[in-house]
Amino acid sequence: MNPRYLPLTATVAIFLIAYAVCIAQYPNMLSTRVIGNLLTDNAFLGIAAVGMTFVILSGGIDLSIGAVIAFTGVFLAVLLQATSIHPLAAFVLALLVTTAFGALMGAIIHHLEMPPFIVTLAGMFLARGMAFVLSIESIPIKHPFYATLKGLYYKLPGGGRITLIGGLMLLVFAAGILIAHRTRFGANVYALGGGVATARLMGVPIGGTTIGIYALSGFLAGLSGIVFSLYTSAGYSLATVGVELDAIAAVVIGGTLLTGGSGFVAGTLVGILIQGLIQTYITFDGSLSSWWTKILIGLLLFIFILLQKGLIHVTDRKRRYA
Amino acid sequence: MSASVKSHAVRLFPQVAALAVILVMVSIAFPGFFRLEMQNGRLYGSLIDILNRGAPVALLAIGMTVVIATKGIDLSVGAVMAICGAVAAACITSGYGLVATLIVTLGTGILCGLWNGILVAVLDIQPIIATLVLMVAGRGIAQLITEGAILTFNDAGLIFIGSGSFLGLPMPVVIWLVFGIVVALLVRRTALGMLIEALGVNRRAAMLSGVSTGVLLIAAYMLSGLCAAIAGIIAAADIRGADANNAGLWLELDAILAVVVGGTSLLGGRFSIAASLLGALIIQSINTGILLSGFPPEFNLIIKAAIIVMILVIQSPRARTAFAFLSRPKAAEETKTEQEAK
Repeated sequence: MNPRYLPLTATVAIFLIAYAVCIAQYPNMLSTRVIGNLLTDNAFLGIAAVGMTFVILSGGIDLSIGAVIAFTGVFLAVLLQATSIHPLAAFVLALLVTTAFGALMGAIIHHLEMPPFIVTLAGMFLARGMAFVLSIESIPIKHPFYATLKGLYYKLPGGGRITLIGGLMLLVFAAGILIAHRTRFGANVYALGGGVATARLMGVPIGGTTIGIYALSGFLAGLSGIVFSLYTSAGYSLATVGVELDAIAAVVIGGTLLTGGSGFVAGTLVGILIQGLIQTYITFDGSLSSWWTKILIGLLLFIFILLQKGLIHVTDRKRRYA
Repeated sequence: MSASVKSHAVRLFPQVAALAVILVMVSIAFPGFFRLEMQNGRLYGSLIDILNRGAPVALLAIGMTVVIATKGIDLSVGAVMAICGAVAAACITSGYGLVATLIVTLGTGILCGLWNGILVAVLDIQPIIATLVLMVAGRGIAQLITEGAILTFNDAGLIFIGSGSFLGLPMPVVIWLVFGIVVALLVRRTALGMLIEALGVNRRAAMLSGVSTGVLLIAAYMLSGLCAAIAGIIAAADIRGADANNAGLWLELDAILAVVVGGTSLLGGRFSIAASLLGALIIQSINTGILLSGFPPEFNLIIKAAIIVMILVIQSPRARTAFAFLSRPKAAEETKTEQEAK
């Protein structure tokens, strides 16, 4: 087997085994209801994680997405409360703002040659600060259109529901897979992650691609913010603190190499589902405390990093002796 | 000797100037800013408050400076603070003495650093990812120790560390000042600092020239863990309890920011602990200043972001090239006098 697929295979195997263990203990977990809820509850995280996958594939990191999600939520809530604008128009405005924000960070990273870590850290402060300035209180969203959107779902056999936001996440993942593997932009992202100097010699437009990657991440963080505001029907500037860490963890557990250049968008979906499964299991169990989620995710992270290290070691040796 | 004093002054000038500008601006907005009072043998005033409130970030910045100088980064310090605060509270409430509690807590911090160091040095994992593991899992571990509650204690000795005073200064200030001076002397009066810089500039080259890079790397992360442990004790002693959720939350970012404001490059190499401490004071002055001058605290983060961007622009290779190009004759002169001084 191609060693490139090994982390992804391992992730899928861990997910299936974990799910089997869960079912063995709680047979009720094998229902379409649980699966539907798994998708709905993790929709905003999944959408943001697609953007993070592209950023990490290119060898960068984006710490701003949690703050951008919160900003989008507050932005929508304030806009819908203060004006009579239709939510769809507000969505478009929010996406424009967050995409431009991401593009700006990409431009700073490229043109000032600064590490993405510190630039997106500044972006995180800025987005969170803007959310605070808009409102420090939680603002409910009572627009009837929100109720309509929340009422949309596709009924699965067995009573489960794929809600609008759950379905949207699956669509975003499908689009992400297409962009990563079937477009020139996707190929450029992989090339950039393989090494900037090499990519430049291959004729990859470094600046345009870098700006595009962070703009995409900003766009998806904005979309994730819209989904989160639909999910909670409110905008709160202290919401989604630390979501960027969950997203990074999902990407790593999904088998994407943190040094960039290797990985799959589909893996991130499985990474999200594993995190969701841990949470669902803890809810089903009832006696375990929620902090076990953090410890287990940390442990999984560690295992996958070790797995990746071992993998690089093996392929390096193969290459050397080939 | 005077040349070294002069070079220090030149190195620290931007930070000192920035701090002075901020303090003057705050004192215009808030006239009583520089007033100091002596009450019950302890100094009170806004300046002392900045020194006191800035203690955790200043302590973290000491360890972070050394880690960043090795071309690493330690994201776990906030979580380690939470773990150590929890350990300290758990030890003292289950009847251990103050000394035993402190030893166990500091040991825990060093152990956390050892874990990070082994991941980075032995398993060769990117520092940002290696320390992410503990950052994610750390708060869970702290929750496990406190069993989900906020563990409160009322041991006079432990509380003294957070709110006592020594020679008129609050204990936290004394601790970070002394610790900072000790570490700075340790790295600058021995060859350690130079070896760390060599490691940060080029690990392979340093290894080939005989620097035991593995040991140094692990030691750097252990120092960072120790700093986080001390900061964790101070934070817990200050509120007389261990809060696993909020102790040290986002302080890793403030500590990194302090180091960057202090002018140490994230790409490793030359570092200055004094400059990082000044950076921590600058951040705390901004925080306190915004509060005192009656600005809505909501603007705090935006101002911070603006300052980071400004510093990034000044530090960026492109801006430096442009600057060097504009002031070429002067720059050439400076290098000449520098050479003469040597």
